[in-house]
Amino acid sequence: MPTVNLTVNGKAVSANVEARTLLVNLLREQLGLTGTHVGCDTSQCGACVVHVDGKSVKACTLLAVQANGSKVTTIEGLASGDKLHPMQEAFREHHGLQCGFCTPGMVMSAVCLAQNHPNLTEKDVREGLEGNLCRCTGYHNIVQAVLAGAQAMRR
Amino acid sequence: MYATFDLDRPGDLAAALAILRTKGAVALAGGTNLIVDMRAGRERPQRVVSLDKLGVLRGIRQARGQVTIGGRTTVTDLLLSPVIAKTAPALVESARQFAGQMVRNTATVAGNIACGSPAADLVPPLFALDARLTLVSARGRRTVPIESFFIGYKKDIRRPGELISRISWKAPSSRSCALFYKLARRKGDAITVVGVAVALDVERGRCRRARVALGAVAPTVFRAREAEAILEGQTLTPELIESAAEAAAAAARPIDDIRASAAYRRHGVHALVRRLIGQAWEKLA
Repeated sequence: MPTVNLTVNGKAVSANVEARTLLVNLLREQLGLTGTHVGCDTSQCGACVVHVDGKSVKACTLLAVQANGSKVTTIEGLASGDKLHPMQEAFREHHGLQCGFCTPGMVMSAVCLAQNHPNLTEKDVREGLEGNLCRCTGYHNIVQAVLAGAQAMRR
Repeated sequence: MYATFDLDRPGDLAAALAILRTKGAVALAGGTNLIVDMRAGRERPQRVVSLDKLGVLRGIRQARGQVTIGGRTTVTDLLLSPVIAKTAPALVESARQFAGQMVRNTATVAGNIACGSPAADLVPPLFALDARLTLVSARGRRTVPIESFFIGYKKDIRRPGELISRISWKAPSSRSCALFYKLARRKGDAITVVGVAVALDVERGRCRRARVALGAVAPTVFRAREAEAILEGQTLTPELIESAAEAAAAAARPIDDIRASAAYRRHGVHALVRRLIGQAWEKLA
């Protein structure tokens, strides 16, 4: 079995995995980080988005071994202790979620978007979240939350 | 879980090519098609050769008027590159509309070509650039025009164990304009219903070179040569542009499927070729 060494939410992690183990399986089943969700299993819905070396990726379409040596951040890695990340806080404040299933992926995509666009516009947000599907709320409040979260991240 | 396989992650290209010669071995680049297909059981490779350690296959350079990109260059890499912005604006437009940001961060240019889908978004702009593909295998390398790469629906000329290592094109002149339009049911993460890339070069008030490349309306991406012939050598008029659009629509061989009817696709080709050629000509005239 291949061994993978990676940094997950700032902690060095070493695990034995099968070749076919996906990054999302490693995170959820071996490391117990179940905040990263699996929705569609076909790389469409975006519930499984995590950051690999600062870039948002769908963890259901990446082999765990391909993340070897990388820095991975999941939704669990955003808050510091009890203090939510500004993007998480903005989702709460703006009712950017209803059932919450898509939320970890939405927040991870949103953080990456905010980092890449110093002056995020509504158009950037709507385009940037094209790969994240929400089946409850529609997207209005999510977009408002991302814009507010991006602004708070700049402070 | 899906079927098991042996995995290799070779550190150099020669080692990767040696393994790819073995039966049942497939190359894994971004994985945004292959892993989805493996999980669905549509692909069951015995051996997967991950190319993720081969930095040599990734990158964008321009030298002596020639732009060369490595096959493992990602769609996001295209969007961040000033060289691509300058030499391949239609490719940038297709990259912008390619899936969503997470897929663009991992999906590769060679992967989009090699998947062989007629709806692959990067392919029509590469046809309009007269791009060339370098294919390598343990037996050697060859360079082919992208146009001769595809021979049928999801069929191409690669021999067993051959990889697309590079994609290259000549940087266009300053008197040229290239445009791309993706018609789809929604903007993001959508499979293209009609993809059109056009390129015009203008010299002394005449169209010197015209390219009209169509996606998702035939078994492969293809050039509507009849349309190009109507435009080349001419000072373009609305009538000429209209006949080129008609010729392009006539050359399409679209199908009915869940995304659109054949008739709608043909209509889309006509409207989009007319619009894009008109816009490109207006920019240059």
